[in-house]
Amino acid sequence: MIKRINRMEKVWLALGLLIGLFIVLIGCGSNSGSPTTDGEGLSGSIKIIGSNTVTPLSTVWAEEFMKVHPKVSIAVSGPGSGAGIAALLNGTTDICQASRTIKQSEIDNARANGVEPYETQVATDALSVVVNPANPVSELTIAQLSAIYTGKITNWYEVGGSDAEIVVLSRDTNSGTHVFFKEHVVQMLGLASEDKSLEYGSKVLFLPSTEEGVSEVAKNPNAIFYPGLGYVTDEVKPLAIKKTADDPGVLPSVATALDGTYPIARPLLFYTDGTPDGVIKAFIDYCLSPDGQAKVTEVGYVPLNN
Amino acid sequence: MKTRMASRQMSQQIAFGLLVVATAIVVVPVIIIILQIVINGGGAISWDFLTQPPAQAGKAGGIFPAILGTFYLMLGTIIVALPIGVLVGVYLSEYARDNWFTRTVNMAIVNLAGVPSIVYGLFGLGIFVLAFHFGMSLLSASLTLACQALAMTVTTSREAILAVPREYREGSLAVGSTKWQTIRHIVLPQAMPGIITGAVLAMSRAAGETAPILVVGAAFFLPALPQSPFDQFMALPYHLYTVAAHIPGMSKTTIWGVALVLLVVVLAFNVLATIIRLHARKRRYST
Amino acid sequence: MRLKQIASNADATAALASGLARRWRLGEKFIEGWIYLAGLLTIVVLLGIIVLLIKEGVPIFLDTPPWEFFFGTKWYPVSEPPTFGIMPFFVATLWVTIVATAISVPIGVACAAYLSEVAPDSARETVKPVIELLAGIPSVVMGFIGLMLLSPLVQSAFNLNTGLAGLTAGIMLAFMSLPIIISVSEDALRAVPDGFRQASYALGANKWETIWHVCIPAALSGITAAVMLGVGRAIGETMTVLMVAGGALAVPVSPTDPMMPMTAAIASGIGNAVRGGLQYQALFAIGLILFILTLAVNLIADRVLERQKRKFAR
Repeated sequence: MIKRINRMEKVWLALGLLIGLFIVLIGCGSNSGSPTTDGEGLSGSIKIIGSNTVTPLSTVWAEEFMKVHPKVSIAVSGPGSGAGIAALLNGTTDICQASRTIKQSEIDNARANGVEPYETQVATDALSVVVNPANPVSELTIAQLSAIYTGKITNWYEVGGSDAEIVVLSRDTNSGTHVFFKEHVVQMLGLASEDKSLEYGSKVLFLPSTEEGVSEVAKNPNAIFYPGLGYVTDEVKPLAIKKTADDPGVLPSVATALDGTYPIARPLLFYTDGTPDGVIKAFIDYCLSPDGQAKVTEVGYVPLNN
Repeated sequence: MKTRMASRQMSQQIAFGLLVVATAIVVVPVIIIILQIVINGGGAISWDFLTQPPAQAGKAGGIFPAILGTFYLMLGTIIVALPIGVLVGVYLSEYARDNWFTRTVNMAIVNLAGVPSIVYGLFGLGIFVLAFHFGMSLLSASLTLACQALAMTVTTSREAILAVPREYREGSLAVGSTKWQTIRHIVLPQAMPGIITGAVLAMSRAAGETAPILVVGAAFFLPALPQSPFDQFMALPYHLYTVAAHIPGMSKTTIWGVALVLLVVVLAFNVLATIIRLHARKRRYST
Repeated sequence: MRLKQIASNADATAALASGLARRWRLGEKFIEGWIYLAGLLTIVVLLGIIVLLIKEGVPIFLDTPPWEFFFGTKWYPVSEPPTFGIMPFFVATLWVTIVATAISVPIGVACAAYLSEVAPDSARETVKPVIELLAGIPSVVMGFIGLMLLSPLVQSAFNLNTGLAGLTAGIMLAFMSLPIIISVSEDALRAVPDGFRQASYALGANKWETIWHVCIPAALSGITAAVMLGVGRAIGETMTVLMVAGGALAVPVSPTDPMMPMTAAIASGIGNAVRGGLQYQALFAIGLILFILTLAVNLIADRVLERQKRKFAR
């Protein structure tokens, strides 16, 4: 009888310790969440879901905004623009961050679900094409890029590099960058050689995140990838892009995106259900303000022309 | 005759050698993995890392919200999965007659145990996030993980209750208790260590699951902590998945550090479960 | 006088007792009701999964006929018009499962044989905790290790363009299946009655010959079940393959190709899918196929295990 009580006691003790640990943690949690000063009395929570490209920007904006308004909590996730648009349609996000424009079919779909997408451009991006620093190739035309990504060109020597098989990296279908690159580079939108039937080649590797692509290019001398400007580091080499064989090659930068010489620049957007109001409007106003736009340059993207 | 004996001996030695090699192939990589994580990630562990929220898009600061989110998930999972698991375990061991209902429940448990975690993610998305309109939240994620944990809590509870010797029940009934009184005052307390072991293991599993919360919506960056079950949350396994591809500007040590913290949390619960199990066994056999 | 008191006392007690008994019985019924409800809940969850998968997944066959869905090789969910062919995913799942099984079965069974028949107690006490440790490592950590440690190794060892390939994923999956294969095989070997071994020794066989010719064949159904459980685990694993299998959409012709198994296809596509849209339906359909596959494998394993238990129950 006594022995059984001892065993039971040990079990309850262990359980009690566990529950105690939880309570302490939750207590710590709630304490660090309480505000010390009340900025403007703004409170609420904002979910931002969508583009992996825009994520570094939104997280910086979210952090700065929350410093001034401690009662507001902003959650950022970056699975991809497509995911963000889907979340907007499903009603599971407040702001959809996107690195491509919403398609007409998606707008129709949204309206059928009772959602009215409202677009706000918050920055611009120069979509960079990067290779390993050891790769001798420094510039490519859009047509050559299209051929590489459809699988027509498979070896670096065909574009002036060494004799090695090209490791073609792309983002997966969640990504707005994937769609933008497909339309503007693979399908050569706006050029004489435009071909809407072209698809990514069967040997292309589809990666779930921009970070993974950049990391692989930094490691792999034969890899090629297309990250947003904010993701370009010293470990990779951006290529100069020529619109056609006759045009000069232009390197991606804030300047070339702003003056329009870089051929693959794109808007970075926030979509909301209807015009933003309340906390969401305050946040987006901050992003568009001079303070917010200064952050854009810090992160490495291109601020709006004002 | 002698040489055949010798060659048979040699075959045996070789065979045993191969068996040992096979075992080494299992054991050595595990040790290497653990050592790598500890060595590479140890540098990231500091009080700040464990208690501060992330800053600068996660490049600086700590991972406290992810740790807390993981604990919230474990708590939410077990609050739902344990009571139901125990009740079903009681049903299967005490009340079940050999009819179609019992057979179906048993079959349901076996099937649920084998469902891939991504399918649970789809289920959580379709039912909790969308149909019930809980959205991407702690609540949806906990309920999804609870469904996944159900098979484990039921099986361990059932085994623990079945292990209680028949004499205990008969003795209780002999002094006039009802069936439920017997279960409540005699059987369940006896089975408690086994049930708790199963619960702790289920929590450890919930802590490490990524696929369901990837689908049901864990957040990457959320410096504020979830204040209600309807808020989004950060979680260690999702955080590791996101940073594993080397966020530019994030030091490799930090990434290994996240892996280390996750590993420690999961293994701590596994070790706890083992301790409870061993203690109970020791006590039971010491009369 | 006293008799009447006693009688009325007796009546009162009897009334009280039967009242209590009724309350007890009602209380019992109440609790029992909850217990039956809980049992029902497990069936409801399973049915819920099945119904949801069918309801959301089957409509895709109205757009893409089943033949085209299963055997089509083009997966372009965001093109206009979108095409949904899942052969690349199915073959990828096949490849990683084959690699994982080819590695984990011989090693797992050998390790189980060692632990159950040959190992001294000290070795058992050291090895078993390590295997439990392995079982506890979360899949995302295994994927992370595969990404950081194994994929560069595979890349240089096989002279590949990238270490993100089915082979890498298969090796990590093998490690994740090992604990269950070892544990169930060991149980199967232990269940072989000692009399078998004694008879074998009596006939002059040595220990290894006994293991190889008697124990393992006797435990074969249990070992088969173990293998099936390992296979089920490999088919259903998501994070590891998502992180290291490569993500290429072509039908993989060799295990060193980068590939995308079905689980990874669902995980990487589901964020993009709008509820009720074509891609959503297609992904749920893949989920349904996965569910049926793992169900079949696990049911077979369960049946085999039941039969083995009955075979040696005395």
